[in-house]
Amino acid sequence: MSKTAIELRGITKRFGSVVANHNVNLKVYKGEILSLLGENGSGKTTLMNMISGIYHPDEGEIFIDGKLAHIHSPHDAFNYKIGMIHQHFKLVDLFSAAENIVLGLEEKGKFNVRHVSERVAEISAKYGFDIDPNKKIYEMSVSEKQTVEIIKVLYRGADILILDEPTAVLTPQETKKLFDVLRRMRDDGKAIIIITHKLHEVLELSDKVVVLRHGEYVGTVNTAEANEHILTEMMVGKKVELNITRKAPVNPQDRLVVEHINCRNREGIKVLDDVSFVARSGEILGIAGIAGSGQRELLEAIAGLQKLEEGSILYYNPKTGEEENLRNKTPLQIRELGVRLSFVPEDRLGMGLVGNMGMVDNMMLRSYRKGNSIFLERSEPEKLAKQIIEELEVVTPDAETPVRRLSGGNVQKVLLGREIASSPTLLMAAYPVRGLDINSSYLIYDLLNEQKEKGVAVIFVGEDLDVLLDLCDRILVIGNGRITGVVDARTATKNEIGYLMTKTVYKEDANDAT
Amino acid sequence: MQRDHTQKKRREPLVYITKRSELSLKQSLTIRACVILAGILLCALVTILLTGVNPLRVFASMIEGSFGTPRKIWNLLQSTAILLGISLAVTPAFKMRFWNTGAEGQVLVGMLASVACMFYIGDALPSWLLIIVMLFASILASAVWAGIPGIFKAMWNTNETLFTLMMNYVAMQLVSFFIMLWVPSGSMVLGIVNPQSKNGWFPSLFGQQYLLNILIVAVMTILVYVYLKKSKQGYEISVVGESENTARYIGINVKQVIIRTVLISGALCGVMGWILVAGADHSITSNSVGGNGFTAIMISWMSKFNPIVMIFSSILVCFLQKGAGQIASDLRLNSSVGEVLTGIMILIIISSEFFVNYRIHLRKKQKGGQEA
Repeated sequence: MSKTAIELRGITKRFGSVVANHNVNLKVYKGEILSLLGENGSGKTTLMNMISGIYHPDEGEIFIDGKLAHIHSPHDAFNYKIGMIHQHFKLVDLFSAAENIVLGLEEKGKFNVRHVSERVAEISAKYGFDIDPNKKIYEMSVSEKQTVEIIKVLYRGADILILDEPTAVLTPQETKKLFDVLRRMRDDGKAIIIITHKLHEVLELSDKVVVLRHGEYVGTVNTAEANEHILTEMMVGKKVELNITRKAPVNPQDRLVVEHINCRNREGIKVLDDVSFVARSGEILGIAGIAGSGQRELLEAIAGLQKLEEGSILYYNPKTGEEENLRNKTPLQIRELGVRLSFVPEDRLGMGLVGNMGMVDNMMLRSYRKGNSIFLERSEPEKLAKQIIEELEVVTPDAETPVRRLSGGNVQKVLLGREIASSPTLLMAAYPVRGLDINSSYLIYDLLNEQKEKGVAVIFVGEDLDVLLDLCDRILVIGNGRITGVVDARTATKNEIGYLMTKTVYKEDANDAT
Repeated sequence: MQRDHTQKKRREPLVYITKRSELSLKQSLTIRACVILAGILLCALVTILLTGVNPLRVFASMIEGSFGTPRKIWNLLQSTAILLGISLAVTPAFKMRFWNTGAEGQVLVGMLASVACMFYIGDALPSWLLIIVMLFASILASAVWAGIPGIFKAMWNTNETLFTLMMNYVAMQLVSFFIMLWVPSGSMVLGIVNPQSKNGWFPSLFGQQYLLNILIVAVMTILVYVYLKKSKQGYEISVVGESENTARYIGINVKQVIIRTVLISGALCGVMGWILVAGADHSITSNSVGGNGFTAIMISWMSKFNPIVMIFSSILVCFLQKGAGQIASDLRLNSSVGEVLTGIMILIIISSEFFVNYRIHLRKKQKGGQEA
């Protein structure tokens, strides 16, 4: 048996009252690939940040090569030969690959491009990378940038490599290439930890799996003894009852019919792939999925903020009975069509509100256009702000205090309060309870239920499966920009949804990236 | 450097800075007053060290330079009006986070348009009509000058700071070109235009040459204040400046707002160019704006884009500038001394913002002092 490369014992990390990691144990041998599996917010990245010196654990110990280690900074981590490849690359666009690789190295003597290129070529040959050291970063594809990041840590002599969701940005072909490289590094005796939530990749690549759930260490299993169902169960855990009152939908009518929509991001990767679904009045439609599976793009497409390549978004106006196609309309055009669409975006202060403005000015965002006067009318928004402060119990010094100074829960009350005030017929809310305490969360659930009872079609994007199962009527599961299933929230199980979330569907067009 | 890995806690720095929570108006004014007082003391100290002259004499001389005679007071007001006007002009763009560094050039092309009107049609129209034609020509020219970088910014997200800065030099060369065209002698100096007929000159109000300029800028101050604070367009400017994402979310046409605001900013620069020609210079050189386009950037920032505060900032800066000139002639000091003092004061005033927003703490020495 090979030697232990790194071992964590009883690691605990708290951020204020939030426990991000609780008593986590983990052990990686040299020449081994370990997968760290868990839902969003289960504490994977926090744990890895402690190994790489970005955070320091409150309790517990880290052993490297069997010896107690103290890692206080990324510099320390580097001295212990730990290299982390972050999800968001940290490269200088205008520099070449070689320049980025040596950037920040405290080497004596002059920077010698030829020497660096030779070393890079050596590393590339050893592990099977394909890279031109003189190519500038801005000319590179996402996969090439990732290669540069990996070579950067290998160049620094890393023996323990941590990769944070390395395949999230890659095509299936690039993923395969990356896995080949990782296997070669393993065979060379490196210890590798990859953070992921794609089950099939875990099973394909790693030797063992550590599962985290809500910051708790659930267990370690050898991949040989695991299958997708075991892992899903470990990941999502047992169902927790939340006691959210849920009434049966009354006379549901099709309000929004989305058909075959496609959308690509700036890198040309498909973020929405042939998405079709129906949202009905008097119903809460949940959307479940790993973060970044296309939820944001989907809501933004409906709200008129995202250009689509194909498909249609049909809205049935309950007043006139008319049907409108919202595809590629601007938010203003959508309003002018008489579509009463309210949208609580994920980025509350950066999109839904203006952080530096007070509540009154933020209320005005939706209503300031009213009337023909060229001047602002402030009395209505003032009234609305006061009403929201009273009804939703917003804690704020006054209605003019910049909303960014309010707590997360109060910010959300301001935003949701404003969106509900325009009496919508379709309400979309993205992660409306993220970062909120229990009381505020329940208040938000109540507000959404109230809207549902009024006959509003509610779309709720959530991350907590217990909440989705207890609050929604139907749940749409999205994975990699595709709908992987629609389930009835009253009968579905957590495992079922967890499985659909991590299931990767490759259709025949999976090859179109090459 | 050897790092001690057994050391559990990291050492805290001796001095650290925290952000203050809201201050009352009184508190923030007190801090500002203290900082300005400290600035004056620092200036006095620097004066003694540099020149050995009694600093009180220097201060007296500065006050003399701005308020010594009625003429000096009118000059001060005129300079203030020009600086304030240009500051107002750049402010709508700044509020939108469009860093317009091209006010210098925008005012200059406005002046050029006015002078061109006087030169070509000065004799054909009655003076009042000519003045109105000059106004529209200046507004048009300056709006175009600002609009070009604005359109590029809106359409292709080019860097407006560099673009507007470069347009300044184009404007200067353009002025040189027209002076060459208009002055056949080749002396490159365009004298006063229409010195006899005074066609295209502002009338003197109550015998005061500059009064009309000052009144126009006063009206402009109110208009810009109302536009930014009370109008729907002003609100859109704030939203776009604070967060383009929110603006898009709410259905504001961001491109349209950018172009519209930059055109307004340019048009106001045009008005200032018109005032400079019709109300003061009656001529043009490639240096007619004299750096006011850049000083205006500072004024607008110092005043946090508030037109009312800009009145005071402009007075202060003009006072310092005039004072610096007076010191040089009165005490036969090198003119640089005055400029050094002006620089210190402005730096101090800007840094007072830091003390209003942040608090400096000294950490008490920890027991069992840890060595690095």
